[in-house]
Formats: sequence, C-alpha cells, structure tokens
Amino acid sequence: MSDSATANRPASNAPSTGLLEGIVQAEGYKYGFTTDVETEDAPPGLNEDTVRFISAKKGEPAWLLEWRLKAFRRWQTMAPPDWAKLDIAPIDYQAASYYSAPKAASGPKSLDEVDPELLKTYEKLGIPLGERAALAGVAVDAVFDSVSVATTFKDKLADLGIIFCSFGEAVREHPELVRRYLGSVVPQGDNFFAALNSAVFSDGSFVYVPAGIRCPMELSTYFRINAAKTGQFERTLLIADKGAYVSYLEGCTAPQRDENQLHAAVVELVALEDAEIKYATVQNWYPGDENGKGGIYNFVTKRGACRGARSKISWAQVETGSAITWKYPSCLLEGEGSTGAFYSVAITNNRQQADTGTKMIHIGRDTSSTVISKGISAGRGQNTYRGQVKVLSNADGARNYTQCDSLLIGKRCGAHTVPYIDVRHPGAKVEHEATTSKISEDQMFYCQQRGLTAEDALSLIVNGFCKEVLNELPMEFAVEAQKLLAVSLEGSVG
Amino acid sequence: MSKLLEIRGLRARIANGREVLKGIDLDVAAGEVHAIMGPNGAGKSTLSSVLAGKPGYEVTGGTVRYLGQDLLAMPADERAREGVFLAFQYPVEIPGVNNMYFLRAALNAGRRQRGQAELDAQQFLKAVRDRLKLLDIGDDLLRRAVNVGFSGGEKKRNEIFQMAMLEPKLAILDETDSGLDIDALRAVSDGVNRLRDPARAIVMITHYQRLLDYIVPDRVHVLADGRIVASGDKTFAAELERTGYAYLGDAA
Ligand SMILES: Nc1ncnc2c1ncn2[C@@H]1O[C@H](COP(=O)(O)OP(=O)(O)OP(=O)(O)O)[C@@H](O)[C@H]1O
Ligand SMILES: [Mg+2]
Repeated sequence: MSDSATANRPASNAPSTGLLEGIVQAEGYKYGFTTDVETEDAPPGLNEDTVRFISAKKGEPAWLLEWRLKAFRRWQTMAPPDWAKLDIAPIDYQAASYYSAPKAASGPKSLDEVDPELLKTYEKLGIPLGERAALAGVAVDAVFDSVSVATTFKDKLADLGIIFCSFGEAVREHPELVRRYLGSVVPQGDNFFAALNSAVFSDGSFVYVPAGIRCPMELSTYFRINAAKTGQFERTLLIADKGAYVSYLEGCTAPQRDENQLHAAVVELVALEDAEIKYATVQNWYPGDENGKGGIYNFVTKRGACRGARSKISWAQVETGSAITWKYPSCLLEGEGSTGAFYSVAITNNRQQADTGTKMIHIGRDTSSTVISKGISAGRGQNTYRGQVKVLSNADGARNYTQCDSLLIGKRCGAHTVPYIDVRHPGAKVEHEATTSKISEDQMFYCQQRGLTAEDALSLIVNGFCKEVLNELPMEFAVEAQKLLAVSLEGSVG
Repeated sequence: MSKLLEIRGLRARIANGREVLKGIDLDVAAGEVHAIMGPNGAGKSTLSSVLAGKPGYEVTGGTVRYLGQDLLAMPADERAREGVFLAFQYPVEIPGVNNMYFLRAALNAGRRQRGQAELDAQQFLKAVRDRLKLLDIGDDLLRRAVNVGFSGGEKKRNEIFQMAMLEPKLAILDETDSGLDIDALRAVSDGVNRLRDPARAIVMITHYQRLLDYIVPDRVHVLADGRIVASGDKTFAAELERTGYAYLGDAA
C-alpha cells in the first residue's frame, strides 16, 4: 500500500458519499464518446505481412519480429475455444485492422506535447494526469489505442530504479529484461487469443521494480479503445524482483459503437523471492445496448508466476462492462510458501455474458491460495464462475479456500458455478463454498422505508454483497467501482 | 389540533389473497402517542405495512391522509422521505453494508427531498454522537453491517436509533418492545419518550401493558379481525390486561 493511498483512506468503515453520488450522476454509459484524431491504420486483414507491418512500424529488433511470426504460425493452427456458457457469433479476424496509432504521437516528451484532443479525452475519463496525478499520487501510463502517449512520474520512479513505461519503449530501452520474461508466464501457444496477441500485440505497459524496492505509488494504466473497428491487443509485463512490492491499477473504457470490438490482451506478472504484486482491474468496456447490439469482446489472458519463495500475487477485478468477458487471471504458485489470491466482482446486465474465474496452480510446497468471487446477474445477463484449483504431487501442505457467491436480480438472468478441482497430493486442503441468493424484497423495502430510492437501495445491497472484494481495491478504485456497479444495474429494478 | 394522520375506512388485502384490513378508522394528531393492541393475526403489522407502502398488499377501499396529502398515492421511499418511519417488528439484515453508511445515505436522501444541504461526514458524526447521548446507547453497533448478527434487543435499539436520526413526523413502532429484557425495555422506552415532540406523532403496536407504563399513550386502540373495535384513554390498557380481548369480540 502506498503512503498516499493510506492517507486517502478514511478511518475504518467511515461512510463515503461516492456510491450515492455515482447513482445521481449516472446517465447510462458516459464514456461512449469518440475522439477525432488523425490516425495511421494498418489495412484490414491478418497475414504475415500484417505482422511484419506492425513490427516495422514499431521499429522492433529482429528477435521480436521472429517471436511474433512464430506466434502467428502457431495461431493459424489453433481453433477458438468452444464456449461452455457463452453464446458468441463467429468473429471474422480478417475484417479488423490490427494497428491504429494517433499520427502526431511519435513520442511526446511532456504533457505539453500531447495532442490536446487526447488530453480532453482523458479528462472526460477522469484520469488524473499532470498536477492532478501528483495530487492523487498516481502515475499514469495512458495507452491510447496502440501507442502510449503520456507517462507521468517516470523521473521520480527512475530515481528508485523502477521502470514504468510503454511496452514499445521497454523493447527499445530494456531489451534484455523483455527478452528474458516475455512469454515466460503465458507461452505463445497457451490459447487461441494469447497466440493472436503474441503475433499482433500493439503496445501496453512494462513495469520492473528492482530488488528490495517498494514502489511508493500506485501505478496505473488506462486503456482505451478509440478507433472504430480496431482490435486492441495490449501486452503487459510486470516484474517484481526479490523483496520488491508494487500495486498496479488498470482501468478500461471504450466508446459506444454498434459493431463488436475485439480486445485480446495478455498480462504477465513475475514475482521473485519475497516479492509482492497486487494487480487491480476495473473494467467497464462498452457492454452493448440492452438488445445486445455492439459492445466489446473481452478475451484476456492474465497470469502471474510466483517464482520465488514466499512471493505473493493478488488479482482484484471488477468486471462491469463488455458484451462478452472471457478471463481467468491465474497464479502459478511455484515458490515455496508462495501465496495467490483472486478477488472478483463480475456483473452482467441486459445481454451481457461473463465467463470468468481463476486458476490456482499449486506447484511448490506450502503454497496457499484464496479465491473470493462475487457474480451478479441482472436483466438477461449470464454469469459463469469457472475456477480451477490444481495441486501437483510435490505441493506438500498446499491449501486453497474458494468462496463463490452469486446474486440474482430478476428472473431472466443466470448464474453458474463451475469448479474444477484437481488434487494430486493427498495432504492438500481444498475448500469450496458456493452460494446463490436473490435480492430479497424485504431488504429492498427496508432501505426504501428509510428513504432510499429503489435504485439506491439496489446499489447499496449489491455493494454490500461485494464488500469483501471492494475492500481489496485501492481507495480511488473502490469508489469508482461502486459507481460502476450502480451504473451497470440501471434499469434492473422495475 | 390538526390531524397528522387520518385513516378512513381503510380496507386492504394481501395481493391476490384474503382481506386483512376490513375498514380501519383512525385519527392521530401531531404530538400524540397512540397504542394499538390486539390479538395475533389481527392485522396490526399489515396496517403498518400498508401505511409504509410495502409491496404485496392491495388497498381495496378507504383513504389515508397524511399532513393533508394522499399518503397511499406516494411510493414507499417518498413516504419515508416525507417523514413516515416504521420501526420493523423484524428488522432486516443487509450484509456488507455498514450501519453508519446506511444511515447517512438515508438521512441525506430525506434532506435532499426537503431541499436541505446534505450532511458531510463531520456534521453527520456530530449528529450521531448527539443521538447516542440522548438515547444513552453505546456506539458498538455503528461499525457493524446493518442488523447483521445483532441480537433481538440490539436490532430494536438500532431501530430507535435510526428513528432518532431521521426525525420522522409519524413513527410507527411495530412491537418494538417484544423480546426486550427489562433493562432494554426501559432504555428503549426512555429513548422513545425523549423523542416525543409536539410536531411528531407516534403509533406503537404492542401486546404488553407494561410498555404503556413506560411510554404513557394518549389513546389506546384494539385492533381485532381487521377493524378497530374499541378505543380508550391510557387506563383502557390496564382494563384490557385484566379482561383480555375476548369480551370485545362479543361487543364488536
Ligand atoms: N405477506 C403476507 N402473506 C400472507 N399472509 C399475510 C401476509 N401479511 C399478513 N398476512 C396474514 O394476515 C394476517 C394479519 O397479519 P399481521 O401480521 O398483520 O398480524 P398482526 O396483528 O401483526 O399479528 P402479530 O400480533 O402476531 O404480529 C395474518 O393471518 C397473516 O398471516
Ligand atoms: Mg405483527
């Protein structure tokens, strides 16, 4: 936890107005604007030339082009996963464009050099840049479509030896680190979308925290899909060296469009001995309209490797957006005594579909993992928790605790819990608890009798349901998450 | 004195079910405390639910005027914001929602409705402390989730605390005395007495005369089989205690 965030956090459970304000201000999907910036795009289509084009545009070294091509060839032999609970129209991978960059953005050195249109966009998104960032203690690496346009706080971080930059810059400035760790957690052929990302990834963020350093602020990246018909394929690589600590926040929004857009990111985390990584995501990509038209397909591979002894990785996510979400942030618990955690809130309303969960792979001795998943379904939303706990034969003393709670609002939605438990060590302790509940009318009436509107009552109850997960988010994010939950549930009380 | 609440011939049934309120007439003036007694299943809680606007009941006849307005035309949350408060017979648990947070949201919802500025965290905390002192209760329940794991008595105390914070014009207390031990009964009663106010009407539903020893009512009514079958002053309750409700059945 950074000092600044601690200072901002109200004492214990002191009330905050964020929730109610959020509902009052809510006007549907408020990030659905587009920004007029000249862009340079790749022609639609996907073949080896596309891969070469992207690599050349980014001025990449030969080894990386080779790496991409290898992934592309692998991808061609693979088939999309077949969706257990998802209803998904076939995607035409040849129809999308795989590269889009704002034209003027070839490396601004300071905020003054950034296209004012872009800055306005970030302002609308509420991203604290510049002075606001300083006050908030947040360093922002803002990714606009494919090119990272502004990185703040780099100098302050650099003093500590912390590297926080765009992926492209990392390839240029720190090729040895990138080469050592890229693909070491999520191999190219891991799955269809990871292979696709490996071939055509555009940009993303890179973080390296050197041994013994606690990163003094929350690092934050806002991704934004702006250009129409472009897929976004970020690649995030985060390494915490021995004894290092870092907390990373990722927020996502996208403009409102009728076509579906593809978002296939890969995030790799590496924690060495005694290192700790906290990774929080608030995802509110455009979910499509109430009939299921448009919206983002969010197919993301996120995985962290606890390589060193006693290392810790925790994922916290609030998933309110996207038409379809397919995502299983996972932990490979290799180091002795390492710890993995997954805290998730996933909400589906209207025609949204979410298939999300985690994989905890216990490889080393005395490894432990905790999974807390809160799924909320409203409208015709379908919410599936899919979680795997695997304990390998050498993992003496492995422990897992999984708690999956589902909340249903209305009669046409669904919640599904699919645990896969694969234990190959007789001494492993694996606990799984699952509950499904409905919002009770008595609770609603109790709140309304105290003066809360039906919307406020619902949002209060839902926030209460998610409390254990929201508590895991840094303060600024928790407030935003509460607002998003309220917005996402709009129209689900009659 | 102006009537704060005027109930005329109120009939209501459980949605798609049988009629429970069969023509209630009741006038309550500001500053008054009324007690409603009566056998189990008579319709006392149903009356309070209908007044508070709980879904699941259908008004089939009669009128209710509250401060001159048509109460039944208002949605439940608006009634609350207009000053109708119901202390629940069975307060509801809301897991994960902090008691203070809940109360502040409720309080500010009412203030917005009245065009008053919302209380910020500090003003709110001051108001909380004042009320805790007034009611002579500790702050141990405030940090916990709304009613979650509260004992029966704690839930009732919490209801009265909410009432003190929200400062309603009409407070309906549904068996707030049930399940309280002697000390808690006295504490809760003292609290309610301190909340008596010339601008506030209180309707207490109870089964026990002893509550009325602590909170002395202006009027006592007996509700039986969906009607008010008898009314009297504070001495009437003691009489009932002796005779029971049975003889009223003959009278009705
Ligand atoms: N929501 C409901 N669904 C079904 N029956 C109901 C409902 N509400 C009330 N009733 C029935 O209506 C009748 C009156 O109930 P009510 O709770 O108003 O009685 P009461 O006078 O408060 O009784 P008690 O003294 O036991 O609290 C009872 O027969 C009860 O079972
Ligand atoms: Mg009752």
